[in-house]
Amino acid sequence: MNIYVCVKQTVDLQQVRIRKETREPVLDGVPLTIGNIDKNALEEGVRLRDKLGGKVIGVSAGSEELNDTIKEALAMGADEAIMIIAPELEGAESSTVAMALAKAIEKTGEIGIILLGEGSSDNYSGQVGPRIAEILDLPQITYVSSLEAEGNTVKAVRNLEDCFETVEAEMPVVVSVVSEINEPRIPAVTQILKAGRKPKQIYSPAELGVEIAGSQIKTISNLAPEQDRKRLLFQEGVGQDVKSLVAALESEGLLGR
Amino acid sequence: MAAILVFSERDEVAFQLLGEANKLGEQLGMEVAAAALGLSDADGFLSRGVSTVYTAKNEELKDFEASVYAQALEQVAKQADAAIILLGSTRRGKELAGRLAQKMKVGSLTDAGRLEVIDGRVVCSRNAFGGATVAAQTILEGIQVIAVSPSAGEAPAAAEPSGSVAEVALVLEPARIKKVATAPKSQDSANIEGAEVLVCVGKGLAGEAELKMVDELAQALGGLVACTKPLATDEKWLPEERIVGLSGKIGKPALAICLGISGQVQFTVGIRDAGTIVAVNTDQNAFIFQMADYGIVGDLHQVVPELTAALKG
Ligand SMILES: Cc1cc2nc3c(=O)[nH]c(=O)nc-3n(C[C@H](O)[C@H](O)[C@H](O)COP(=O)(O)OP(=O)(O)OC[C@H]3O[C@@H](n4cnc5c(N)ncnc54)[C@H](O)[C@@H]3O)c2cc1C
Ligand SMILES: Nc1ncnc2c1ncn2[C@@H]1O[C@H](COP(=O)(O)O)[C@@H](O)[C@H]1O
Repeated sequence: MNIYVCVKQTVDLQQVRIRKETREPVLDGVPLTIGNIDKNALEEGVRLRDKLGGKVIGVSAGSEELNDTIKEALAMGADEAIMIIAPELEGAESSTVAMALAKAIEKTGEIGIILLGEGSSDNYSGQVGPRIAEILDLPQITYVSSLEAEGNTVKAVRNLEDCFETVEAEMPVVVSVVSEINEPRIPAVTQILKAGRKPKQIYSPAELGVEIAGSQIKTISNLAPEQDRKRLLFQEGVGQDVKSLVAALESEGLLGR
Repeated sequence: MAAILVFSERDEVAFQLLGEANKLGEQLGMEVAAAALGLSDADGFLSRGVSTVYTAKNEELKDFEASVYAQALEQVAKQADAAIILLGSTRRGKELAGRLAQKMKVGSLTDAGRLEVIDGRVVCSRNAFGGATVAAQTILEGIQVIAVSPSAGEAPAAAEPSGSVAEVALVLEPARIKKVATAPKSQDSANIEGAEVLVCVGKGLAGEAELKMVDELAQALGGLVACTKPLATDEKWLPEERIVGLSGKIGKPALAICLGISGQVQFTVGIRDAGTIVAVNTDQNAFIFQMADYGIVGDLHQVVPELTAALKG
């Protein structure tokens, strides 16, 4: 059985800074990594494989730079990797990405489970999973905080706003996970060394019959909101600092509410 | 006439969306329609000024399941001649948006905050890069499927109904997901979005027992206790309704106090509209100090009781 895990390469958000004059995000030189929650999806895939057998296949769509990210996924326990590479796939909209991922998965072979994160680190739209499910005409279980599989049946707990919902479905099935599902492992050095030797398959969108049309989603602007903070740091010892803070809040009329 | 079709699996969210839908409808010259599927309250939509409410009573709609509701909405949208479909950006709603948009082969945007009309299309503000930036995005062609954040709008006041109900006959494939059990979450009624003062705690807190001290500070300030995500999802010391940030609540308090919080964007996006921000952190290089008006470099276990005492003073 194949367990596919979709992992997206994104900039490490913790290292994104904002250019003060223009309020634009500075992305040059920011290291690339696997999306936070995608690591949870991968961990869950590896955990399931260890129980059920089969293979974990990492799947990613993006630019030429994808190699490093895929290596990270292989080091974390994926057995094989599929990359769909084209410059236009970098930051492409959900419908294009979903089509590329779905077609690559379909071409690779039998589907047991397709795992994704609930949202990607940079876009966090939660659209790629449902779109893949629709393209491949599969059932989907979203926002999963606990997952079990036995035979062909998947049992999952979904973490929704108002409840935890326990559901069952038959494979093949698409599952998106939330971060509390597990603690992703940090790969050991031996695993990192092995990762380079694991099988990798590269496709172009054309090889998958995926047409990259012009984008339907237009980003008109993308700026940090205006922030004008005083940034006053009290450092006179706790007793004095608390007094200074209370005086400051008092003068702003924030106390006695 | 082309229409704006409103749907959410939660009526109170759908009612809020009507406020936004009415504004868009006026600017675009479109009528506002709603889909009241399954057990939804058709009269509630009528009394809030909706001109056509589409209902369907199919057995498959009794429980919400995204793939089934996507089929239903595609059919309703055709009937209503919908140019815009507004959904609630809840977890269920986001899944529905993706399914529906893919079915109709159109673009979708989720977690939309402010909506504006530019050149006859809807432009949505939504957080990007984990909340570090706000992107203005638009769907260039075709039907626009937009999932709007539940807190973005206000429900119109109930009035004399003037619209009509249209029952539609839907053809639906049943769900392939079987619901086995539902465990409701304890309903925490704290209104984080509306609070004037928020006392937010993060992983600087060493144990659950210390929440008492944080509570006392919140009381002294007349505010509510909120938290970062790991405190609720990993530690489970506070209910998830108290999470502030990208995947939690977005507040707009006059005062936000951040205790033992590093200040990663996914959190700060939830308090960046606060009037005044105060941070307490042992690490003087913590990013939260960049965002704060007033900062105390120190141990929250010392600062919090002293601050509470001084306020009670
Ligand atoms: C897609 C996505 C969505 C997310 N959504 C959210 C969200 O909605 N809300 C959210 O909060 N997070 C969210 N996160 C998680 C977020 O990235 C951070 O992991 C989280 O906000 C960190 O919480 P923290 O500041 O409490 O913990 P940490 O980052 O561990 O910071 C703890 C801080 O406490 C300080 N400290 C330690 N001891 C003391 C002491 N005794 N006194 C004072 N200070 C002390 C430390 O110096 C440190 O700065 C999301 C992440 C992702 C990937
Ligand atoms: N370019 C991509 N390559 C592989 N997986 C992706 C890609 N984009 C999104 N995903 C997957 O889809 C999930 C949801 O992403 P999004 O719809 O962008 O919020 C992510 O957590 C990933 O698992």
